Amino acid sequence: MSAVENESGRGSARAVALASAIGRFLVIAVTTYLGLLAVTFFIGRVIPIDPVLAVLGDRAPLNVVERTRREMGLDLPLVEQFYIYVKNALSGDFGTSVLTTNPVMTDIRRAFPATIELATLGTLIGSVLGVPLGVLAAVKRGSVIDQIVRIVGLIGYSVPIFWIGLLGLVLFYAKLQWVAFPGRLDVVYEYTFTPITGFYLLDALWQRQWDVFYDAFRHIILPAGLLGYFSLAYISRMTRSFMLNELAQEYIVAARAKGLSETRIIWGHALRNAAVPMVTVIALSYANLLEGSVLTEVVFSWPGIGLYITNSLQNADMNAVLGGTIVIGSVFIGINLLSDLLYRVLDPRTKVR
Amino acid sequence: MSAEVVQSRRDWLLSERPASRMQARLGRAYVAWRRFSANRLAFVGLLIIIALLVIAALAGALAPYSPTFGDLKNSRLLAPSAEHWFGTDDLGRDILSRILYGSRWTLYVVILVAIIAAPIGLLVGTIAGYAGGWTDAILMRITDIVLAFPKLILALAFVAALGPGIENAVLAIAITSWPPYARIARAETLTVRNSDYIKAVQLMGASPFRIVLRHIMPLCISSLIVRVTLDMAGIILTAAGLGFLGLGAQPPLPEWGTMIASGRRFVLDQWWVAGAPGFAILIVSLGFNLLGDGLRDALDPRSGDQ
Repeated sequence: MSAVENESGRGSARAVALASAIGRFLVIAVTTYLGLLAVTFFIGRVIPIDPVLAVLGDRAPLNVVERTRREMGLDLPLVEQFYIYVKNALSGDFGTSVLTTNPVMTDIRRAFPATIELATLGTLIGSVLGVPLGVLAAVKRGSVIDQIVRIVGLIGYSVPIFWIGLLGLVLFYAKLQWVAFPGRLDVVYEYTFTPITGFYLLDALWQRQWDVFYDAFRHIILPAGLLGYFSLAYISRMTRSFMLNELAQEYIVAARAKGLSETRIIWGHALRNAAVPMVTVIALSYANLLEGSVLTEVVFSWPGIGLYITNSLQNADMNAVLGGTIVIGSVFIGINLLSDLLYRVLDPRTKVR
Repeated sequence: MSAEVVQSRRDWLLSERPASRMQARLGRAYVAWRRFSANRLAFVGLLIIIALLVIAALAGALAPYSPTFGDLKNSRLLAPSAEHWFGTDDLGRDILSRILYGSRWTLYVVILVAIIAAPIGLLVGTIAGYAGGWTDAILMRITDIVLAFPKLILALAFVAALGPGIENAVLAIAITSWPPYARIARAETLTVRNSDYIKAVQLMGASPFRIVLRHIMPLCISSLIVRVTLDMAGIILTAAGLGFLGLGAQPPLPEWGTMIASGRRFVLDQWWVAGAPGFAILIVSLGFNLLGDGLRDALDPRSGDQ
């Protein structure tokens, strides 16, 4: 890439390099999304031995079976079917849910804010607590805090989230009565409160309905705190290892030699340099919470996409299951790609040569 | 006298110039074992896994009651007591016995996923790394695509299509968990593919197939084992999650995730029905995590302090 690096050629060489980097990113993004669609297409059309039978049952007369097959486009070659499938998915058409009789996209749009609200609050809790904990663990290696971070991490990687959720309900709801029953709001508010964005906490704040805000908070805090713990386990462990890496660098010695205060060195210099990979880690943990919220939502009857997918699963509603899978998968992939891009943009060392 | 024998055996093991292949191998194993057993937590992990194996093998002899039949008349939902250490469930079955038998299903899932996913990853990774060029580009693109998928959600969709059951859950987990192994195997392959001994085998006329199979794959095994061990906890948790959602093992199989699911209905009053199996999952996952960390530090000191 640096072959044409004379004075006049440098600008155009940079442009070419930038264009090729963008091109590479686009190829990665497009193939990943196509891959996701290919897998869901495969799951929906190919794995069930006959989708027509799945719809009609095995007692339908032969001519009805034939007609349905044509109506569903199943007589077309697979490639063409996949093309139609991709086209529909891109326009947000995932078919109709058998269970709710709504278009799947309508259901998802209703459920999505609930999932996002939960995952966002969880990540917020995880990073606000996890980053300082990780930094302290790295600075005071082998200290009590370091041991705590280690244990928190080990348990976070080893405990079934749905089990902890159930025990949390037993303790904080049934025994101590600190938090509210599963769900997003008490029944009283379900009919008096009209959400605008679907993020209940924000909506209640916006409308100055403090009692609704308090109620929504009492509902969300346990599941969000739980997700927050898992994100904390991951974030603090990663922060610790990034910080250890930074603290071993020579510029830290230089900063000490200059006589800077230890606080300034740790929080100003080392953490700032560790910040770029931290962005990636926090983004990844956010994506993981979106996915991990499936089990949490089931435990806490939280009406998000995870609960929607599992309810549909139990009713063999494949359109809804695959629609939900594509939406969560797309957001998951999108966050992954974005954090990768952000990493490249933010860190001068990974700049396009 | 005996101290001398021990001393000379140690020297033999740690010899700089091993006289035979076996001596070299034993020596390396010895060094790894020394490093591993110095790590107390890793040792605890190993003990937990050994206990799991023993319990799974002897569940029939250890379990005080039948895992599938309970006394519906007298022993429904009893609290933990001297007679039933972990209490009984809604069908009057002894929970301890069910947990002991459940260890078999945990092992079953973990082993099956490992022997399906690890060889796929190993094959894809070594072929991509050794062949290079377009083969590498395409195989790695596929790997990265699968790596970018949300695992649990995809496993859900797979099981939804295949139908619930422990075998399908295993398949779904295996399908989504091979990519990291492929990447590791490829990285290892890239470090050795241009080395002299590979050149030597090439000159001797070995086919690419033989080189990959006999000379590259064995070198990837140790880092693969570490990674698989570290992934075991995740596999157990995913399988338990699928069981909890009613998609993995079906009742009355004493699978731990399924047991938590059936205890969920009365968790607020009889918490032990769901509590005990979750604790078993926690202990076993912890064991695999500790063991995996220890193995990583022992076999690969470079990546030690992460």
